[in-house]
Parts: sequence; C-alpha cells; structure tokens
Amino acid sequence: MQQHIIVRTTDVTKSFQLGKHELQVLKGISLKIATGRYISIMGPSGSGKSTLFNMIGGLDKPTSGKVFIDEVDIAQLDAYELAWLRCRKIGYIFQTFNLIPVMTALENVTLPMIFAGTGNDEAMERGMELLRLVGLDQRHSHRPSELSGGQQQRVAVARALANNPAIILADEPTGNLDLKTGEEIIGLLKQMSSERGVTIISATHDFKMLNVSDEVIWIRDGLIDKVEQRDELNISMGTIE
Amino acid sequence: MERLAALPFSKSVEIAYKSIRVRFFRSLVTTASLVLAVAFLCYVQVVSDIATSLLQSGDPAALRALARAGYDINGVSSIGESAQQQWLVVLSLLVCVVGIINAQLMAVTERFREIGTMKCLGALDRVIMLLFLLEAGMQGFAGSLIGVLVGGLAGVASSAISLGTIVFTGLPPAALALTGFQSVLIGCLLSLVGVLYPAIAAARMEPVEAMRVEQ
Repeated sequence: MQQHIIVRTTDVTKSFQLGKHELQVLKGISLKIATGRYISIMGPSGSGKSTLFNMIGGLDKPTSGKVFIDEVDIAQLDAYELAWLRCRKIGYIFQTFNLIPVMTALENVTLPMIFAGTGNDEAMERGMELLRLVGLDQRHSHRPSELSGGQQQRVAVARALANNPAIILADEPTGNLDLKTGEEIIGLLKQMSSERGVTIISATHDFKMLNVSDEVIWIRDGLIDKVEQRDELNISMGTIE
Repeated sequence: MERLAALPFSKSVEIAYKSIRVRFFRSLVTTASLVLAVAFLCYVQVVSDIATSLLQSGDPAALRALARAGYDINGVSSIGESAQQQWLVVLSLLVCVVGIINAQLMAVTERFREIGTMKCLGALDRVIMLLFLLEAGMQGFAGSLIGVLVGGLAGVASSAISLGTIVFTGLPPAALALTGFQSVLIGCLLSLVGVLYPAIAAARMEPVEAMRVEQ
C-alpha cells in the first residue's frame, strides 16, 4: 500500500537580500514526508534548516519551487485559507515555548480552538483533556510564568494538539530544556506520533531526537546531505554517542 | 482548502479585556496622558459652562461675581474659552495622541512574539488589529471617564474659588452632562487614532517572527 504523502516540496529555493548581496539559503530541496512519521531535520546552524522548516510550516514562501501540504500548493492560498491551514492542519511547538503570557495554561490550550470556532464548553472540556494527557490538569489555572520550562513546553504540546492537526512542527523543542525534561518532551512527541498518527517534523540538533525518529533529513549548505531511515540510523548511533 | 471563520466579536472583547486586566499597570501608563489631556479639556469646558450658566441666569449677584472674576460680560450671551485656552487644549490633545502612539508602539514591540504566536495558531490579520483596537477603545473609555471626573471636579472647584459659592446654586446639569459626554467621546477617538498605526504594524507582522529566538 502506498503511503499518504502529507508534505512534499519540489526544488525549493529561498534567497534573502542582504544589502547588495543575495544570499541563497536553500538551493533546491525536494523531499516527501509520509503521514504519521517522526521526522527530524538535522543540520548545523546556518545550514538553512530553520528556513526549510518555516517553508514546510507555511510560515514563509519559497523564492522558487513549490511546497505542498496535503497536495495543496500553499503559495496559492489566500489569507483565510492560510490561517485555516495554520489553525487546523498544523500544530506548532517553539524552542522558546511561546505561550501567551497573560493567559492561563487552559486558556493557552483552548486559544487555537477558539480561533477555529469551537464553542466555549467544548473547548474547555477538550482543553482539560489535553492537559491531562500531558500531565498538567492540576495546574490548568496557572500562568506560564508560574510554570517551569518543561511544564510550559508540555502546555505547548497540548496546545499544538488542540485542533487535532495532521502535522506537528517542532522547532528545537528541547533547545531550552535540560536533558531530563528534554527527554520527557521527546517521549511525549513520540507518544503522540504513535498513538494519534500525527506527523511530527522537528528541526533540531539534539541527538536525543535521533533515537525516536523514523527518518532523519540532514541539511548542509542549503541542500539535502542525506536522508537516513531508522534502521540505517541505529548503526551510526554508536559513533555519535 | 477550507477557510477560517472570523473570531466571534464577544470572544475578541473577552481576550482584549483579559489582556488589559493582566497588564494593568502597563495599561495605566498608556492611559495616563489621555487622562490628563481629557481632564484639561473637560476642566476648561466646565469652567466656561458654569460662567455661561451664571451669565444667562441674569441674577445681579452672579453678574457682579463674574465681573469681579474678570469676565467681560457686556453684550455677550455666552462665555467661551479664550483663544489661548483653546490653543492649549488642542496642543495638549495633540501631545496626548503622540504619547499614545509612542506607548502603543512600545506595547506592540513588547508583544511581537505573542502576536507572531497567535498568527501561527490561526489568527487573521484583522483579528490582531481588532484586538489592539478593542484594547485601545476600552483604555480610552476608562481613561476618559477618569479624566472627565477629575477635570469636572477641578472645574467646579476652580469656579467656586474664583466666583464664590454662588456657582453651586446655578450648576447647569444639561450643559455639564454634554461636556462630559463630548470629552469621553473625544478621549475614545484619540485613543483609537493613537493605536491605529501600531495596530496596523502588529497586524502585518509575519508569523515567522514568533520563531526568532532572541527577544
């Protein structure tokens, strides 16, 4: 059976204008990501990893080439469709957690549902359910400033799941966390991927991520260096750790 | 691809209200210049309202008090603000708008990541714009009310000092209410004008900003 392709890019390039110089960050990237996989995009800083990541998330438009999410070319979408895509199809997790500081944990989790037009009661109920899933239902009325980094990131995971997205995009989700809490977040993401069939795409240079990834895409100098599947990966793990 | 429905207005109001309540002191700073400007506007108006009302009462004691306080009461049917006072009021309102723009631009900068995050979660440009306008509207309304109260009381007190206790016998409720209403209206308008540019700047922000690590 052929797997459903959720994200596809064809020959994506991206250039930035830096004064008089044009800097080509992505030099033609074509990749396919199948539904339900746990993908890590690895690469040194400056490799174009984050830029590629933003393209896949519909946060930035390519200079040339196309990005398809669920076989829809995102360059063709208008503001309302793009907002719908970001709201319903994609869940975002950030390195810096990015919870809304004036809202409680529960309000943060329900915000995407409110944007999606979900009724108040239903949003509250599902919000509490998601907080229970990440083990923070006892702290639903706390503001982000009253939560630890790991707890904030768990709220962010719950928020990313709010509208049952097909894809979760995680940008260095463990970048601001210590080893143990980072592992907890990775475990949580892996659990979401295997239990709910969510496609997880994460930009990272945290080698802990490799353990759980189905596929690792290595980016170097704006090009795909290599794509490793899980079974190939285990062999090379020994040299990394 | 489906399209996202607009956020219900009541929800926007709720989010804007919560945002102000949590950032109470920040909002106070933004509103302070508005309170002062509206208080000054209201004060000048109230003083002339009271003087006009005394003049129109035709009471000789009142006329004597007006003349003693230095008003020119011969052959006029109402007492307005002097040209100088009008200039001062206009200037103070202008300064206030500039102050609000400044404070709101700061607020937008402080909330860059929050705005970018909201956009990632599916907020439309107009939702961001509406949130800022609503916040400014509420701040403007509350600030103007305080300003009117302060300015009105100061106006009555100052009239009582210059004209004597006779002012309390002839306070013109209709004229004072109108003045108060106008001042609140002007205050709300100024607040909205002041937030317009910062709100547009916020609404146009790219969601990628949310991803940036440095703040």
